[in-house]
Amino acid sequence: MNVQIQPILAALKRHKAGTLLIAMQIALTLAIVCNATFIIRERLARVARPTGMVETHLLTVQNRFVGTGATSSEPLVKADLATLRQIPGVVDATAINSYPLRGGGWSMGVQTDPDARKAITAATLYFADDHAVATMGLKLIAGRNFRADEISWQDAQKVEAPGEIIVSKALADKVFPDGHALGRTVYIMGNARPSTIIGVVERLQTPWSGTFADNFMEHSVLLPIQLTGAFGSYLVRTEPGRLDALLKTVPAQLMKTNRMRVLRDDTGVRSFAEVREAAYKTDRGMALLMTVVCVVLLAITAAGIVGLTSFWVGQRRRQIGVRRALGATRSDILGYFLTENLLIGLAGVVVGTAMAVGLNLWMVTHFEMHRLSMVYVAVGVVALLLIGQGAVLAPALRASRVSPVEATRSV
Amino acid sequence: MFAYYLDLALRSLRRNKALTALMVFAVALGIGASMTTLTVFHVLSGDPIPGSSGTLFYPQLDPQDKDNYEPGKEPPAQVTWIDGMNLLKAHRGTRQALMSGGAVPVQPAQSGMDPFFSEARYTTADFFAMFRVPFLYGHGWTATDDDAKARVAVITRKLNEKLFGGKDSTGRTLRIKDTAFRVIGVLDHWHPNPHFYDLNTGSYGDAEDVFLPLSTFRDLRLGRNGSMDCWGRGGGDDAHLETATCTWLQFWVQLDSPGQVAAYRQFLVNYSREQHDLGRFQRPPNVRLRSLMQWLDYNKVVPGDVRLQVYLAFGFLLVCLVNTVGLMLAKFMRRAGELGVRRALGASRRDVFTQLLVESGVIGLAGGLGGLGLALLGLWAVRHQPSDYAALARLDPAMLLTTFVLAVGASLLAGLLPAWRACQVTPALQLKSQ
Repeated sequence: MNVQIQPILAALKRHKAGTLLIAMQIALTLAIVCNATFIIRERLARVARPTGMVETHLLTVQNRFVGTGATSSEPLVKADLATLRQIPGVVDATAINSYPLRGGGWSMGVQTDPDARKAITAATLYFADDHAVATMGLKLIAGRNFRADEISWQDAQKVEAPGEIIVSKALADKVFPDGHALGRTVYIMGNARPSTIIGVVERLQTPWSGTFADNFMEHSVLLPIQLTGAFGSYLVRTEPGRLDALLKTVPAQLMKTNRMRVLRDDTGVRSFAEVREAAYKTDRGMALLMTVVCVVLLAITAAGIVGLTSFWVGQRRRQIGVRRALGATRSDILGYFLTENLLIGLAGVVVGTAMAVGLNLWMVTHFEMHRLSMVYVAVGVVALLLIGQGAVLAPALRASRVSPVEATRSV
Repeated sequence: MFAYYLDLALRSLRRNKALTALMVFAVALGIGASMTTLTVFHVLSGDPIPGSSGTLFYPQLDPQDKDNYEPGKEPPAQVTWIDGMNLLKAHRGTRQALMSGGAVPVQPAQSGMDPFFSEARYTTADFFAMFRVPFLYGHGWTATDDDAKARVAVITRKLNEKLFGGKDSTGRTLRIKDTAFRVIGVLDHWHPNPHFYDLNTGSYGDAEDVFLPLSTFRDLRLGRNGSMDCWGRGGGDDAHLETATCTWLQFWVQLDSPGQVAAYRQFLVNYSREQHDLGRFQRPPNVRLRSLMQWLDYNKVVPGDVRLQVYLAFGFLLVCLVNTVGLMLAKFMRRAGELGVRRALGASRRDVFTQLLVESGVIGLAGGLGGLGLALLGLWAVRHQPSDYAALARLDPAMLLTTFVLAVGASLLAGLLPAWRACQVTPALQLKSQ
């Protein structure tokens, strides 16, 4: 197969508009598909982030007490926990102000110097009890859990920093880069008392799934404090296979214990799988949308190449016949169209690469986006060239079957 | 003549069914995607109160201390109680209102109905007139009620239906946190979107159901929602919100003329200077006076994903159009012979051009219809998403018209280049080569 590029270029000059349009379509498709794939990967990576908890067999309750005495909730919460822990199928339960992926929580600056003007980092505060580590299924990698006698009940409006705290490893490493966080003290409630780190858990995500929390995503503090107030959450760990039944039993039992409460129909009692689903719904929706757009775009571009090449083949039957009559083999003709498409494709991807990078730079300044990795562009280039070759194959094969006799016929 | 061209176009389109289908499909997809995303964008970036949004302004002051001071930085997004009250009492605008959001426990009088929480707005008297809130029954409260910390409430039509069966409930009693409130007004349908006056409590979706005087809220220590930014040694302790060095209230002012706006801006600077001299403010005057739409724009209320989708969809439409132009060009050039014959038989260039444009117009129309269908389908899908703006995603007449103009315009534009190229054909050359 001996293909000369010179005649192909000469022929393309006679189809300037068509050639330009295909090249432009390839360029645009490359620019959009590269960036869309990049967004898909970013979103999927976000969705796959672990919370640090054992998420199966975990049930969440968002509770709000109403009526008199709702704000001095200590006896109410204690009664609820006693109820929850004795329901058959429940392994453990804890009362906590928030939990990963819930969407709302408490964040504070963490610092080692009480007089520092600026905190080292932001961290989320989980007001928990001695059952929290077990219920959430956190992995304690250093130190110990809270003891029951360390738990205090405090008013959310005037919380005092506790003497002991448990932190996530990410936070420990951020505040103490030397790796020795256990037993050291930090200041977490603005400028109040120092708190000693008595335990480190392997991982614990903040309650937020949005991009604003990305820079302190795993910076969490567990405090041995129970907040009194009308609003609070419970986490319930169930025995395997009991979750579905407990989704109905738990609200019924809680209502039986105390009717003066509001458990919302939609978010009152949920399995953690539902919490995760809700937290990342928009990210997954966006990834799905981008995938559909990419597939359709590639399909349309391929179809466009098929259509345009078919026309060109039809238009040049006479010339193809002449070439065949003059001794060109079938594979020469096939090679001619494949090479022609490759040349147009190459022009397209060169422009497309520049456009992809430009589009990404523009998106970095206008949206919360990162710089596009060139791997995506490289994969996109190869994919588009292959799709082009694949699309041109059918019309090119048809062209190669044109018989030399056609040279003598008028169209 | 047009009927003839239409007939020719349909014949030609029927000859290449797969290709015609591809072109129509591509245009339809492009239009459908663009219209879906554009409609969502249009709904989300709309004017929440058309007609009067131009006269509503959101003043910002900078009452913070010297810590972390950087010249040129934006002042806080909200105001402190002291500043809010000072601006309110100054009465420099036509109307002004100070407000915050919260949730209150409503205890229905009916037995059998469990107590529930309602979103509440605590505000001052001018709120209703300034935002042109429509009333079904009764009216809002007065400045006297504000001063008296009156136990009065305005509720929405929805809550009125739930609690009082939709009847005129003015004068009836509403129990909130063990306190009896007198209902003095029931709102008609009012859902400003975005929820412009307080963007902390979600930009879209349901607004609050209960409106209470701000002074009453503080008197009864009702629950507060929204963001609060504190500095210095000040904490957001509920008992001392009035004196706390925290910004947590929204202040809106109505200014009817450009002169009034300029005067108000000057007033804000003078006020800051005066507070600085008194020792309350420590930074040099740093004020903003954004109009409602500027405020929404500054806060980027339209989610980034929605804007991204609009750009993506239009990129998609562009590729679809380029694709259609390419195919149409090839198709028209293929018919050079036929067109040469027509030209030789006396058709002018203009005739041939019109004929081809009719053909591309037919594709555009079919694509536009398909695109409209896809847009309706797309919006239906958006409405079934869990986002708080889902219910708003509907096609209004303006967007419907835009769809058609976009579809036909785009495909005529797409047909322009191929048709022009095709009628450049010289009849003699074509005939000779036959």
